[in-house]
Amino acid sequence: MTEGTINGPRARAQRSHGDSLWRGAFRRLSRSPMAIAGALIVVVFLIVATFAPVLAPYEPASTEWTQLSTPYWVQGHGPGHPLGIDRWGSDMLTQLIFGARQSLIIGVVATAIGLLAGAALGTLAGAFGGWVDMIVMRIVDIMLSIPSLLLAISIAAILGKSSAALMIAIGVGQVPIFARLLRGSMLGQKNADYVLAADALGLRRRTIVMGHVLPNSLGPTIVQATLNLATAIIEVAALSYLGLGEGDPAVAEWGRMIVSAQDRFEIAPWLAFYPGICIAITALGFTLLGESLREALDPKQRR
Amino acid sequence: MNEKQLLSVDGLSVTFSRRGRDPVEAVSEVSFTIAEGEHVGIVGESGSGKSVTAMALMGLLPERGTTVEGSATYREQDLLSMSRRQLNQIRGSEIAMVFQDPMSSLNPVVTIGTQISEVIRRHHRVSSKEAANRSAEMLDRVGIPDPRRRLREYPHQLSGGIRQRVLIAIALACEPRLLIADEPTTALDVTIQAQILNELKELVADTGTSLIMITHDLGVIAGLCDRVHVMYSGRIVESARRYQLFTTPRHPYTGGLLQSVPRLDSPQDEPLRPIEGSPTDTIPWTDGCAFQPRCPHAIDQCLEATPHLEPYEDRMLRCFNPLKGDEDDKRDR
Repeated sequence: MTEGTINGPRARAQRSHGDSLWRGAFRRLSRSPMAIAGALIVVVFLIVATFAPVLAPYEPASTEWTQLSTPYWVQGHGPGHPLGIDRWGSDMLTQLIFGARQSLIIGVVATAIGLLAGAALGTLAGAFGGWVDMIVMRIVDIMLSIPSLLLAISIAAILGKSSAALMIAIGVGQVPIFARLLRGSMLGQKNADYVLAADALGLRRRTIVMGHVLPNSLGPTIVQATLNLATAIIEVAALSYLGLGEGDPAVAEWGRMIVSAQDRFEIAPWLAFYPGICIAITALGFTLLGESLREALDPKQRR
Repeated sequence: MNEKQLLSVDGLSVTFSRRGRDPVEAVSEVSFTIAEGEHVGIVGESGSGKSVTAMALMGLLPERGTTVEGSATYREQDLLSMSRRQLNQIRGSEIAMVFQDPMSSLNPVVTIGTQISEVIRRHHRVSSKEAANRSAEMLDRVGIPDPRRRLREYPHQLSGGIRQRVLIAIALACEPRLLIADEPTTALDVTIQAQILNELKELVADTGTSLIMITHDLGVIAGLCDRVHVMYSGRIVESARRYQLFTTPRHPYTGGLLQSVPRLDSPQDEPLRPIEGSPTDTIPWTDGCAFQPRCPHAIDQCLEATPHLEPYEDRMLRCFNPLKGDEDDKRDR
């Protein structure tokens, strides 16, 4: 009588329970080599960052002065220190592992700050429209006009050199991106048929915005968050390189490792090379994942 | 008539104005009534103003740039002058609407179950469990097999026919007194169309719901409506009971619509005769009859004065030179 019975069990098997858009996107992701490569990098990065104390061969701040009896550039790589030691006698591998943790924490918190504040502003603008939209977007424009480096320096000047200052500086810089993106996709969804239908059912405006318009607008924002994580990690390194990062020298940080390596670059280039490649690969991983996520969620590719 | 009046639309006009452009009167002087349990059809080509009429009644037209005049009295309240808050008490619970496109009228990221119970819980104080039970019951009533499973599914997992049934279930979930169906079957396969129409007919008959069926397809009206209003270029040109309209169309436009639909009882070799021209070949009603450029029956008067909707025989008609009842039209008695 109805399609369900005509199509029979095969169709039923294909349309399993709770097969959401996200699950469909996941299926497409698992078929894309780019996504797998990105996911692999990200997963390794996450594991290393999470289990840093277990994985690292030494304590993060341990410096073995005895090691420096032979200079680090002479000593190079060797047993006990597969990637060598830095100029203060700390194990390179340990520093890199703990640096991953530092990048992840700052990157994630900064992106979370940007995402939450940006999403709040974007939702406000997208949901109300009119003069609320105008005011919010002008504020966002003003934020956009402040160079992020200048902002970071000012925030570091106020809060002192700390991870918190880095997080806020990078996070605030991301607010306009998320606000504009979410506002745009919400305005696009606002005229969708299902919103009109929800209106015709007498649903409250709040329900329509939070329950219908927002969930449909989040896709691009989530993709952007993944991509922004890559930028955030680069920015953490960049700001630390400029000396705006964590003040405590015992905290390993990729950007600062490059700084401390640069004046001996001719003798021991690997000291700058290792943290550099870590930054590049991690950023690449998040970018690959984000880009393939964008493709997987693209309605044009959906079938 | 001793039936109780449910909705009475009087002199409804909708004008869209945009900066830098002449205002467009999409609907004008539309008046009709619908009694409890009555089924009314509004027929017309695209652009005739039938959907705008429905949207105006539901308060769904954008506020900016839209002027709505006239009144729509629903149980002693004027729908057109209500605030959004007042309207939201009625929309969904007393008056519900089924939209044209089942593909886009459901939220793609929310399960069917949530979308039905949301409406039930908006208008009735029930627990979420109760709402879920009622949702399943509704899906069952619109003929969806295995409703419990469907509740957990997303719109993209369902076929067009099932989706339209879901939309009907959502619309009927709060047992409205009036259902407005805006071309509910145009987006569906022909085979499904007939099924859905039959089910819709049974559902509204069972519950005593009044129905406004908006369509361009006279075939949809034929099996469903007690009274039919034919619209052309924003105005009603002919209003009649179904039987009168189908057997003896008086407006040349109605006649043209009927001749362009194949019928089981017409001779096989008789070609279908489409109405010449397109709905864009109109003249403003203020200059005469908007249908004049396409009308095979036009006389000089049609360009000189505006015809009014006036009683003619057993119906209301807006025409200077109506069709005469001939044997050809009465053939299918």
